[in-house]
Amino acid sequence: MIRKACAVALLAVAIAATGVRADEFTKEDLKKWDDAFRTVVKEGERLFHSSDLGKNSVSCDMCHPNAANTHPETYPKFQKQIGKMSGLRDMINWCIQNPQQGVPLAADDPRMVALEAYITWERRGVKLAPGKH
Amino acid sequence: MRNAIDRRTFLKQAGALTAAASLPFGLVNVAWGKKPTEKFTFAYISDAHITQIRGTEFVANFDKGLQRAALELNFLDPKPDFVVFGGDLAQLGKREEFEHGRELMKDVTIPIKWVIGEHDYYLDLGAYWQEHMAPLHYSFDHKGVHFVALNSILTHDEWTFRRWPTAQERMHQMARLDNPDGSPFMVKAEQREWLKKDLAKVPKDTPIVILSHSPLYKIFRPWNFWTDDADEVQAILKPYQNVMVFHGHVHQVLYNQIGTITFNAFMATAWPWPYPVTYSQLPNKVPEITVFMNRADPFKERDGTGWGNITMDGGEIHHYELWENTPRTVEKMPGMKYPADTKFQDPKSRIPAQTQY
Repeated sequence: MIRKACAVALLAVAIAATGVRADEFTKEDLKKWDDAFRTVVKEGERLFHSSDLGKNSVSCDMCHPNAANTHPETYPKFQKQIGKMSGLRDMINWCIQNPQQGVPLAADDPRMVALEAYITWERRGVKLAPGKH
Repeated sequence: MRNAIDRRTFLKQAGALTAAASLPFGLVNVAWGKKPTEKFTFAYISDAHITQIRGTEFVANFDKGLQRAALELNFLDPKPDFVVFGGDLAQLGKREEFEHGRELMKDVTIPIKWVIGEHDYYLDLGAYWQEHMAPLHYSFDHKGVHFVALNSILTHDEWTFRRWPTAQERMHQMARLDNPDGSPFMVKAEQREWLKKDLAKVPKDTPIVILSHSPLYKIFRPWNFWTDDADEVQAILKPYQNVMVFHGHVHQVLYNQIGTITFNAFMATAWPWPYPVTYSQLPNKVPEITVFMNRADPFKERDGTGWGNITMDGGEIHHYELWENTPRTVEKMPGMKYPADTKFQDPKSRIPAQTQY
């Protein structure tokens, strides 16, 4: 019992020392997270405009300047050409494999996350419309 | 031609050489201005973007587009008097890309009128083009119509000559459509002066056709669907009663009317581009009269690509031969204030796939 009380007290001291509670964050934290987000968006933009993803020097932006006509707000949707419900990443991989003649990315590949971040950022503010054609 | 399906069917059957099936051109013969012009057609192929991967390897997708256009030209009846190539034969302005592109077009039996695009220019500033294909700007007369080919993809001297460490880097920068470090297209003062002098000898009622790569009006600057000195160029064209501008660059069906000038853009043989209305972050000035192409199906490699031909006969009629998709016809007959699609101009007759968002 005493040991438990001590542990609680120590924890309280530790929290007071760092000022961290689950529901609290500072402006510095916000900036840090925003910087992290922007770094990944920037990497996504670089990948989107590079020939690194495929094998034939074709890049995503050649057909999708500013990621236009990618419609991230409509996913997941029934992708008629694939014949099943698909996510945006399924279409990203389709483009990498077909027009770019490359190797698909794993769903958790940081490059896939970066591409999704860039594509979604270019479409910010557009109302979500899952399933839309 | 009201029934594009018929022509399409004809093209499909053309391989069997059942030829003679003439295209259903149902035109009223109305002369232009005082001097009657002779009816003729010319074809328009644009934006092939032949891309070298390495050595003798090229992107097959883009090769196939140009090959198909070059092949189909030979099956047209009536045979076009010439074909305009609207620019961007190459992707990165390389000699290998030009040579490969010209090889793919070697069976074209009619004269080719070359118009230079930015992808052809910004590596060697037109050196290969002028040596092997055409001057950067020139004019010619054909059956009562005065044609002028412009180099409309020039830009600021500082950007062209002093900004980039190498010619390759300059080419790469210009090749990126959505490049924040890009620079707007221009005809520039020297060429505008040449245009003025060239047109000075042309009567005001002679039909004039301007061939340029960039649209000679302002649509969307971030993608260079834009010519910075378009207003000055339009002012030179203003005194003429019938002016048509045919351009490439935008990889889509796009038409507009500004004063006496009619503008028409053609598809690419390589790949389609989105309409600027689909980029939600910035405003655009896409002409409201344009009925959009169908949203392209990426799973159909040639969808959203194609070529066109133009019938000059008093009015003007343009047939957009869209592959893997319904062909389109836009016409501007005498008395019409602006060009109109013969089938889809009325919003009520449009189809869901024409909605771009």
